[in-house]
Amino acid sequence: MQLQEQIRNFILANLVVFDDEVEFSDDDNIFELGFVNSLFAMKLVTFIESEFQLTIESDEMEISNFNTINNIVNFIQSKSVYK
Amino acid sequence: MTITSPHSILEEVKQFAEEEIRPFAAEFEQQKALSRELIKKMGEKRYLAASFPAQYGGLQLHPLEYGNLVEEIGKGALSAAMLLTVTTGLVGETLIRWGSDYQKAQYVLPIARGEKVGAFALTEPGVGSGAKDVKTSYEKAGDKYRITGRKKWISFGEIADFFIVIASDPTTNAISAFLVDREQEGVHIRKIEGLLSCAASQLADIELHDVEVDADKLIGKEGMGFTGIANFALDQGRFNVAWMGVGLAQEALEVMVTYARKRNQSGQKIFNFQLIKGIIGDAVTNVHAARSLCREAARMRADNHPDAIVQTTMAKYFSSVVANKVASDAVQVLGANGCCNLYPVERLFREAKILEIIEGSSQIQQQIIAMHGANRYYQPKRITEV
Repeated sequence: MQLQEQIRNFILANLVVFDDEVEFSDDDNIFELGFVNSLFAMKLVTFIESEFQLTIESDEMEISNFNTINNIVNFIQSKSVYK
Repeated sequence: MTITSPHSILEEVKQFAEEEIRPFAAEFEQQKALSRELIKKMGEKRYLAASFPAQYGGLQLHPLEYGNLVEEIGKGALSAAMLLTVTTGLVGETLIRWGSDYQKAQYVLPIARGEKVGAFALTEPGVGSGAKDVKTSYEKAGDKYRITGRKKWISFGEIADFFIVIASDPTTNAISAFLVDREQEGVHIRKIEGLLSCAASQLADIELHDVEVDADKLIGKEGMGFTGIANFALDQGRFNVAWMGVGLAQEALEVMVTYARKRNQSGQKIFNFQLIKGIIGDAVTNVHAARSLCREAARMRADNHPDAIVQTTMAKYFSSVVANKVASDAVQVLGANGCCNLYPVERLFREAKILEIIEGSSQIQQQIIAMHGANRYYQPKRITEV
């Protein structure tokens, strides 16, 4: 499974809007769209750390690292093990 | 993650609770304070750092073992377990996860040694779990931050040496977390009186007037105070409260069963009455169910499972509801004696209610659990017409 698809599936499994037709691109800001909430951010951190065997440091806790699918993918890939 | 401690300390903790905590539980509440001696002993035994890694002076207990420890301490006296929830969970674990090396050395190690108590200052007179709405504000003042506002219902605020303060920047709406020392200029602390129970948790009202903190007191980055710090801390707190609920319910159950087997009424022990057996049967089942939810949450936390947060929420919700039900039923079984402070269930009944309120009310937990269920159990193809 591609990284983008993996992240998208995780987001879809944790939406806080329940419209069957919900759509968002890989560059849409999922927080600004109201598709996820603050608790999701914590789940996402745990998901990334456990799924990709990474440790997210406090200086990496920028919303810009986690607010779109592409930004999440870029962040994961920027960590050394995925370079 | 496997259970890594060289030996189970559970027996030692049970004995400690039996000798050092339970006999003094009512006294702590009357005096509205845990004894300094108890806090010192909990520090010496590293119970206040039971979940911390060894490098921070901790016992490095597996979440399951740590939960059992909280249960045993909570069985002895809820306020003693509350100290673990606050200084170990909300404060210590949060600093270990997101704090700088300086902050860990300055604040976590003294917690581990029982030399300092930390408190978590999120709640305000008009703001509960919704950290994004905090009115306490901060502004940049040169290379420092200046904080002003009021915090309320801060457990162990009366004796805390330092606080994690959640505040917002009114110009950017960023929520950030800061370490504030008790002795700093502009910090005013007032004990809160008139509490239903858990007076030994030493709740306080904290006023902050232009309190200046250095940049190295900012925890993590600016803007991560809500999503990172507050949510992480509350998750730690909920895990602790879940096990506290099991401890309180277990204590009430033991009193209820013991009383029912000893109390004579109409020529027989009241345990023999079927309606009393019904109450006890439900209590046993509920206590076991609550403990099972807590154990599953512990395992998932050890595995760093993304759903550990929701599992912890369910454990907290269920065990605090069960604690109320079992404590209430224990009063019922003891009858008039249950309404008298010569028996512990009177105190347990009052204390149980606190568990349904702290670290997010039961209604907040229900919302989180319902959202999880709406995603996890939605089967659109199952029902095509409504």
